[in-house]
Amino acid sequence: MSKPEKLLDKKGLRLDGRKLDELRPIKMEVGILANADGSAYLEQGRNKVLAAVYGPKEVHPKHLALPDRAILRCRYHMAPFSVEERKSPAPSRREIELSKVIRDALEPAVFLEYYPRTSIDIFIEILQADGGTRCAGITTAALALADAGIPMRDLVVACAAGKADGKLILDLMDLEDKYGEADVPLAMMPGINAVTLLQMDGSLTLEEFEKAIEMAMEGCRKIYEVQKEALKAKYVTVKEETEE
Amino acid sequence: MPTFFEEKELVTPGDLLAEGEYMAGENTYRENGKIFAARIGLVEYENRRVRVVALRGFYVPRVGDTVIGIVVEVGFNGWEIDINAPYVATLRASDVLERGYRPQKDNLLSILDIGDLIVAKIASYDRGSNPRLTINEPGLGKVSRGQLIKVTPTKIPRIIGRKGSMISMIKRETNCRITLGQNGLILISGRKPEDEQLAIMAILKIEEESHTSGLTDRITKMLKKEKEARKNVQT
Repeated sequence: MSKPEKLLDKKGLRLDGRKLDELRPIKMEVGILANADGSAYLEQGRNKVLAAVYGPKEVHPKHLALPDRAILRCRYHMAPFSVEERKSPAPSRREIELSKVIRDALEPAVFLEYYPRTSIDIFIEILQADGGTRCAGITTAALALADAGIPMRDLVVACAAGKADGKLILDLMDLEDKYGEADVPLAMMPGINAVTLLQMDGSLTLEEFEKAIEMAMEGCRKIYEVQKEALKAKYVTVKEETEE
Repeated sequence: MPTFFEEKELVTPGDLLAEGEYMAGENTYRENGKIFAARIGLVEYENRRVRVVALRGFYVPRVGDTVIGIVVEVGFNGWEIDINAPYVATLRASDVLERGYRPQKDNLLSILDIGDLIVAKIASYDRGSNPRLTINEPGLGKVSRGQLIKVTPTKIPRIIGRKGSMISMIKRETNCRITLGQNGLILISGRKPEDEQLAIMAILKIEEESHTSGLTDRITKMLKKEKEARKNVQT
């Protein structure tokens, strides 16, 4: 899509009609891949993300195994059809970097020390991208980890805040990310109030930066509730059916 | 010293379960005097102990557990067994033969081949080394017949029931021999395939509805109804 003239209209609404501090509509589902130990699917606006988790299992190649804890491996990958112009399926520099960033954001949540000499593998597949896929990837992967029954300190949830046309905005979509002034992705564990990822791209004043973090955290807390409901959904419906 | 959930309420990782003078039981952890859930499951407050009965999980070996495993490799002096756990288990030839193993005379393949199913017990296991199995007890050894199904390992206690009430009821109603592996594999062998089918149906239903109450009664009812239905079809 070409550069829009303005990112905010006269009423102060965004390109997709959202208010400044409004999240995109979000939908999550857990346990949708039968062959993985844990899995989750997420739609956030036009983002579509699938995550699968395998493990803990024996490490291959064996020399990577650690004697005192499990290793967490993560692959973030964009499908060739996830963007407007076909993306080569080979992992790009950006994807390799994001894989590492996402792994670092999830690692503090997992009790790796419980399962020495094993590996936990996470695969994040972006089926359709519309900005903020690293955040969507983290949120989905955390759900898949919980679905695999891996002990965690808390679910990890991520959300971005940023700046477009001089105003601070929440949950950036692709155009706002590309043509806006700043993007601050943040991942946290809301239950224990700990931030696991904080990046920034663009420029903000110190006050704006602090405000952006506040906004992103507020967004995270909202998504966290959806995440918890998604994890419980399967069991709640079974329970309701049996009680009828 | 407050608690934040009702008994048997559904919790997810990161949920604050209790604060103060409580002990962190299974699937929970303690930080700064607060106890949080580490897995999705049902919370239980027992005296001062808080625990979560997990709904999703995998098998972690424990010494003394009966497990069902598949031979994946035959080595020089033993076998490697997949026990549906993060670690591959080993079974030593000398333990099976109950005497010294003589590589020139004994043929391991004639005892257990790749793909064979065994019922075994965990003989030893710790963080540093892979679990070792034994099959030198009555009821253990190579499996020759029956059907194998896989359930979430955390639900095995529910399938057993209080003091074995659930499993003995299923055995009685279906006339099947059922061997439960703590690792989530279950072996069912009956006289007729229909009996086995019935037992599998019951066990899968328990897995699905493990977090609901009044389950034993519902399973009993379901089995009786199914048996009636099958009788009517035959006559």
